[in-house]
Amino acid sequence: MSVLFDGLSLGAIYAMIALGYTMVYGIAKMLNFAHGDIIMVGAYAIYTTMVFWGKGLWVAVIGAAVLCTLMGILMEKLAYKPLRGASPLAVLITAIGVSYLLQSLAQLIFGVTPRPVNLGSFGSVEILGASIPVSTVLTLVIGAVLMAGLTLFVNKTNTGRAMQAVSEDRGAAQLMGVNVNFIIMITFAIGSALAAAASVFYLMQIPLVEPLLGSMPGIKAFTAAVIGGIGSIPGAMIGGVMLGVIEKICLSIDAIKDYTTAIEFGLLILILLVRPIGLLGKKRREKV
Amino acid sequence: MAKRKSDFKLKNYVCYILVAVMFLYALVLQMMGKLPKSTSNLFVQIAYSIILAVSLNLVVGFLGELSLGHAGFMCVGAYLGSYIAIALTSHIESKLLVLLISMLCGGLAAAFFGFVVGLPALRLKGDYLAIVTLAFGEIVRTVCKNLPFFGGAMGLSTVAIKYDTRSSTSLYIVAFITVFVVLFLIQNLVRSKHGRAITAIRDNEIAARAMGINVTFYKLFVFVFAAFCAGVAGVIFGHFNTPVLYSKFSFNYSIEILVMVVLGGMASINGSIIAAALITYVNIALQAKLTGDLAALKYLIYALILIVLVIFNNAPRLAPIKEALSPKNLFGRLKKRRPGDVSDDAGEWANIPTKIRMDEILSTDVRPGNEFVPDKEKKAPVKGGPNDG
Repeated sequence: MSVLFDGLSLGAIYAMIALGYTMVYGIAKMLNFAHGDIIMVGAYAIYTTMVFWGKGLWVAVIGAAVLCTLMGILMEKLAYKPLRGASPLAVLITAIGVSYLLQSLAQLIFGVTPRPVNLGSFGSVEILGASIPVSTVLTLVIGAVLMAGLTLFVNKTNTGRAMQAVSEDRGAAQLMGVNVNFIIMITFAIGSALAAAASVFYLMQIPLVEPLLGSMPGIKAFTAAVIGGIGSIPGAMIGGVMLGVIEKICLSIDAIKDYTTAIEFGLLILILLVRPIGLLGKKRREKV
Repeated sequence: MAKRKSDFKLKNYVCYILVAVMFLYALVLQMMGKLPKSTSNLFVQIAYSIILAVSLNLVVGFLGELSLGHAGFMCVGAYLGSYIAIALTSHIESKLLVLLISMLCGGLAAAFFGFVVGLPALRLKGDYLAIVTLAFGEIVRTVCKNLPFFGGAMGLSTVAIKYDTRSSTSLYIVAFITVFVVLFLIQNLVRSKHGRAITAIRDNEIAARAMGINVTFYKLFVFVFAAFCAGVAGVIFGHFNTPVLYSKFSFNYSIEILVMVVLGGMASINGSIIAAALITYVNIALQAKLTGDLAALKYLIYALILIVLVIFNNAPRLAPIKEALSPKNLFGRLKKRRPGDVSDDAGEWANIPTKIRMDEILSTDVRPGNEFVPDKEKKAPVKGGPNDG
């Protein structure tokens, strides 16, 4: 039971990161490799505000959110915008470069040793006979709220509909008066803000900050996004939760514990083999 | 017909010359007895880096797909090849023969995995392939880390097959000869009809398919071949370094190979050779100095190389600046041209601004009464056909 809850809360974190991936992929048509490292930036922002400046958790969370959002916008403007219209390969390599840039800068500034950061303890509650930490419940509830809010935003507001239009057909959207550059910027901002939220919940589970903190969750979240069908918001949620639960279940069985990473990525390859568009993805026909 | 003056073009052989210079330099050093172990090791490392970089360039530069699992294929080659070599070394006397057999086996094993991964992945487009190859690299690493007969977390000890530099055939000689063979294969592949098919797929996959090119076959072929080369490089690595440890073949190493390719220039074999040698040399030279947190400086530089070079080479807005700075424009006027010379202008095609794009041709529709008629057929009745005479 507690394994399931652990899995769900890890899955919620993955889902939050995967949402950022899937939105950027759907709208800007690029794989933002540096998305995982935005989480790391958020974690270091929390670390700095709480440990160096001694501020409270809320200040740290807001600070991280603002910093990550700015970082996402800056990244888009400096590295990706000049390449709009260039080959996807060039954009992908640049994204890998940005990811490495953030990691190595973090290592040069803060050092490679993991640093502990204490978000405070929340105690635990009893649910269905199992003792569940409040942080897990918090992750699940806030994660669900954020995702519901995002779905509403994309479907009900003008900006959200403009996003859908850009993801459908960039050229046509531009002709209809949608400011494509602005929409892509907003997408990066929202994705990065979600990454900041993910960093808070990540630190609740593993209270250590290190430069490579974001890279593995980032790759796994992308795996989740692909499993769920890239470009689809509910797909990212389902994929993320699925992957989180599978990871925790694998880790709880001794015989296959060491192969967890291999199993997760094997699942990705299997899904791409059987259903290349992912669970909820839409098939797109390629046109000349 | 008079034979053309000469079909020999020096620029087709630059890559061999580059490697030969390094090889001869090492040989001369050895004959003079001034080849310490560290230098000999450096040459081995340069050799397998060249194999890795050139084969990755075939995938990234020529085929236009991003593979982030090159280190994973190398890992397969290193573990399996070394394992086979250790098993064989008690049965076969000749060390060279063991090395050759294990190189072949390691390469084939890596090629097999390249096939297995490539088959589903190549049906997908760029980003998916990148992530699947990345996932593959991680899977291989995790599996090699946990298999008991591969030494588990301690790595596979290859002391039994490790080459001693004092023996008559040093490893770097074998390694450099392998480089020559790989270069010969890739150079001839790229210049052949198949090479043109591969670059056509990179430039426009749909148009290439319309021209009757078997896209899946070529993609898979290039992918498997590159995996084979990476596997061979892995076997050389296994014979030079002990133990073969899974942590070497991480994502970072795949990126390091990618940096070599990007620094050397996409689809430039000569560039890859130079960049591979340079990065390997600088890495080893700075290894002792950049310890601890300063080691991140290396990745910072890698990151900057990737970002700056790729944006400079690909950004649509920077194209005029790039044009102005190209060697042709900077040094082109220095070359004197004799009026009688007819030069091969194939290289200048890229500079012609009104280049016809394949997708424009395919989207042009033909209206009735406005059909495209080739010039020759129009003139044919005027001039008279061959039947008249």
